[in-house]
Amino acid sequence: MCMKLNFEHLQSAHCENGVTRSLLKNIGVNGITEPLALGIGYGLFFVYLPFLKINNGPVIAFRPMPGLIFNRVCKALDIPVIRKKFSSKEKAEAFLNQCLDEGHPVGCQVGVYYLPYFPREYRFHFNAHNLIVYGREGDNYLVSDPVMEYTTSLSSYELERVRFAKGTLAPNGQIYYPKPGSIVTPDQIKQGIKHGIQKNANIMLQSVVPIVGIKGIRYTGNRIKSWRDKLGLKKAGLYLAQLVRMQEEIGTGGGGFRYIYAAFLQEAYEYHPVDELMEISKLFTESGDLWRTSAVQAAGIYKNRLGSQEDFNTMGDYLLEIAELERKAFTALKNIKWQ
Amino acid sequence: MKKEDVPQDLSSLGKLTNEVCYATDSSGKYVTALSRGWDVKISALDTAWDEVTIRIEAARQKVLNNEASPLLFFMEKGLMDVQILAGYTGYWQWQVKRHLKPNVFKKLTAKQLKRYADVFNVTIDDLKTMNVHEA
Repeated sequence: MCMKLNFEHLQSAHCENGVTRSLLKNIGVNGITEPLALGIGYGLFFVYLPFLKINNGPVIAFRPMPGLIFNRVCKALDIPVIRKKFSSKEKAEAFLNQCLDEGHPVGCQVGVYYLPYFPREYRFHFNAHNLIVYGREGDNYLVSDPVMEYTTSLSSYELERVRFAKGTLAPNGQIYYPKPGSIVTPDQIKQGIKHGIQKNANIMLQSVVPIVGIKGIRYTGNRIKSWRDKLGLKKAGLYLAQLVRMQEEIGTGGGGFRYIYAAFLQEAYEYHPVDELMEISKLFTESGDLWRTSAVQAAGIYKNRLGSQEDFNTMGDYLLEIAELERKAFTALKNIKWQ
Repeated sequence: MKKEDVPQDLSSLGKLTNEVCYATDSSGKYVTALSRGWDVKISALDTAWDEVTIRIEAARQKVLNNEASPLLFFMEKGLMDVQILAGYTGYWQWQVKRHLKPNVFKKLTAKQLKRYADVFNVTIDDLKTMNVHEA
């Protein structure tokens, strides 16, 4: 049995942005680039969960929960979403086959630990990855993974294993696709951009809990200064390595999504010719650069080149500086007078 | 980040695929660029793996000292924690925690051991003896 849907593989920085962009393009919605997906889906985020551990380190996320970006973009564009989770592996596969038979390439949330085409070094128990299945050949499913340059394939067993990965954020076979048939107007995209910016500014500026958004970045900066004493050099280095991986590893486009967001604001300007957008875009570039400078400092510590309290203070201060910069940038976004 | 500053330090991922980065061109406009990797990220990943190696070795010692059952060794080797191992075996977390004790482990039935052996992809004998066949 062989069936391959007419589907174009596109490489993206981030998996969920990429899945969103490709699945929408596949139903004829062409205007959604990766930066627009991130921006309309208000996907710039920060949270530090000191009480939760992944891979024996703290959870620091630069993106919202998996699935949100896709849902928000579709909602903004008035596209119905079909999304299902399963407790039965058989039903999960049957539904996948049914979708393919009906001609829908589908997004799947998967864990990367058993993902055979990833290099071994990257295969931790991380369950918030997304890929697209767009056909099958015999026992193999054809896979478009947005972070890869080329398409790949997974046997039915391999796909089942990653769809039913266990642990935090277990995907439970989650599958989703946008319902075809919607016509998206440039005006909808325009409204979606404005809505996305306003929402993102609120999330980052107005969190009531101190671990989310700008407050969360500031909180993390202050905590880092105490890590050396509290955790010891070794563990503090591990925590910083974890921070850098969350911030820079596959999918963020560099600087914890800040560069993609800066690109988004430039694209937003095409829809809303408001001069501030171009100026604020530069602030996010600056922020992305600062995140990366802080990563270099962190690397100095986990590579044992640095290690004094002064070095940890410098590291923490970078985050405080970033928090202040992003507070300015989001406040400016919030205060834009939209025409 | 300027396009010419996009790092090109070959990483283990870079051998299989380049990554998309967003960077500015000479006019300040954002474009995508491909990166082979960045040494800051490579060393972050190395740091994580060094820790994994240490944890596996520590687990092996604990098993040899009869402070933990061999499940601890295989759990660390599989980069798992109790929650993940419970998920894959279908046991409750409190059961996994009990099975991590050497005395409880010794009383497990062949059927129970098989559930662990299957998850770790080893034989029951290997499971008991911490025998590892590197693929």
